[in-house]
Amino acid sequence: MKNDASTTVNMQEHRLDVKNRPMCLSGKGVTKYFGFGKKLTKAVDHVDFEFHEGELVSIVGESGSGKTTLSKMLLGLINTTDGEIYFQGQKRDISTRHKKKEYWKGIQAIFQDPFSSFNTFNRIDTVLLDCINMRGGKHLSKDKKFEMMTEACSFVNLKFAELTNKYPFELSGGQMQRLMIARIFLLKPKILLADEPTSMIDACSRATILDMLLNLRNETGMTIIFITHDIGLAYYISDSIYIMEHGKFVESGSADEVILHPKAAYTRRLISDVPKIHEAWDLSTV
Amino acid sequence: MSKTMLEVRELTTKYITRFHEDVYAVDHVSLKIEEGKSLGIAGESGCGKSTLALSLMGYYFPPLHYTSGDIIIDGKNISGMKPDDVRKNVLGTEIAYIPQAAMNALNPTRKIRKFIEDVVLAHEPKRDKKEIYEMAKARFDELGLPVEALDKHAVELSGGMKQRVVIAISTILKPKVLIADEPSSALDVTSQKMVIKMLREMMEKGLIRAMIFITHELPLLYNVTDDIMVMYAGQIVERGTAKQMVFDPIHPYSHGLMHSILVPEEGTRDNKLTAIPGTPPNLKHPPQGCRFADRCKYATPACRVNAQPMVEFEDGRTYRCSLSVEHLREVYKSEE
Repeated sequence: MKNDASTTVNMQEHRLDVKNRPMCLSGKGVTKYFGFGKKLTKAVDHVDFEFHEGELVSIVGESGSGKTTLSKMLLGLINTTDGEIYFQGQKRDISTRHKKKEYWKGIQAIFQDPFSSFNTFNRIDTVLLDCINMRGGKHLSKDKKFEMMTEACSFVNLKFAELTNKYPFELSGGQMQRLMIARIFLLKPKILLADEPTSMIDACSRATILDMLLNLRNETGMTIIFITHDIGLAYYISDSIYIMEHGKFVESGSADEVILHPKAAYTRRLISDVPKIHEAWDLSTV
Repeated sequence: MSKTMLEVRELTTKYITRFHEDVYAVDHVSLKIEEGKSLGIAGESGCGKSTLALSLMGYYFPPLHYTSGDIIIDGKNISGMKPDDVRKNVLGTEIAYIPQAAMNALNPTRKIRKFIEDVVLAHEPKRDKKEIYEMAKARFDELGLPVEALDKHAVELSGGMKQRVVIAISTILKPKVLIADEPSSALDVTSQKMVIKMLREMMEKGLIRAMIFITHELPLLYNVTDDIMVMYAGQIVERGTAKQMVFDPIHPYSHGLMHSILVPEEGTRDNKLTAIPGTPPNLKHPPQGCRFADRCKYATPACRVNAQPMVEFEDGRTYRCSLSVEHLREVYKSEE
């Protein structure tokens, strides 16, 4: 199976003016503490955020800054210690299992490691069929479902006919990550949370994944929350960037503002620590 | 002209699989590093970067086997030596290696000083332990590492610290050549910078006399090494100085690779990002002609039939492609 078309991402076509769009997901004072007493860890400490519809937001931070804890809270996988999360203008309620399932129709995720994102015992058609059923397509005819799955696979340059009887572990990492995007294509969530989706993929095939995500956003108008530690990548694709340090957002704003004119000392340090091509890399500052 | 520290001539090594299919992961690789210079090796995962590193050390354990070629470190040919002899006479003193998973390389039940004792005693069995401790202290001081770390266990150190300690341990006997295999890919940008700074200082102080740096992170390679070599499917496809390779890559594969660089700098936001389609060839049955032909936009039918040798085209720059340099440069220019 080959992805024959050479993909080129031209970000100029994808930049949107999103500031006037309605709010999709926002939070006030969102907090998560682990442990108590002397061992209290403030993983996420009173953060406020506003993600607009169709926006591509990056959350950037070093390891241990609380990125993953925050993303788990956004997904509703763990409870918040304090604070409110608003989904499409309304207070998020995931108190019951049923309500949680409803919420997950609106928010989905792609994880870093494609190898562990799939259930090993489910064949690929089962994976995709589950997505159709989840979107209320249970009553559809077999042919219609087949057609939808084929469409989703062709969107990510995979051939569904060759995949039907395969298990996820028979695919390569890049193919699995593309299959993950095919799932998102079927589910059409309002928000996609992408946790370092390209870090396990070679730099030269990274453009393929990014191109698919951007096309998906153009087609469905969903919000993409990109969680990464690669500042170069964040700067390239995002509309706005949040910089996270020790569980707090130290800086946020449009990509140009944050990266080219950083205000916080932490952001300045972070940017100066990234090796660059056109500017000299100052090693004396550590 | 300065002294050649490491010379490799037509090195070929293979993996023998269970079904007796040979995989030539390093195929006729030749390279030369002069004293005080560093060489970076770039390429996709699975292109043979790490196998090349293991082969250079003469560290052959099944399924990896030596086939042909010479490895000459500072005038001493180590190719074809038995692994045990290599460990006694070459590793640590002539050539040292920092593995990819250096963070997990330390046994959690032992103190750092014990590892250093192990390394030194393996080469000089009669050395006094106190003397070794003093030597380790002096070295840690020289490299700017806290001396207290010697009496700590690996779990008590942070990730970046562990990585630097591993580097200090593997270079305690002042090896001539250091091979660093992705030493910073698991680290934060700040710890990465510290590791790189330390490697630089070691080069300047003469603790190591040449370095091979393997990574897939190109901006890092550009800032760390003097020369860059691009590998594809077990072969070297291009070599040049770091500046030439980043700003004027000639081989279509290096060109694709260099255009996937993303850095947080003004003006880079409007660049186009292009993917190289397809996957690398299966090395069990490598293609007859150019190995990159299947993924190459500019490939001609002749490319698929005739294998290309490495050709020198400018002072010290070599590449492996049937198309001429002028033609490729023109094509790249017209595409922009």
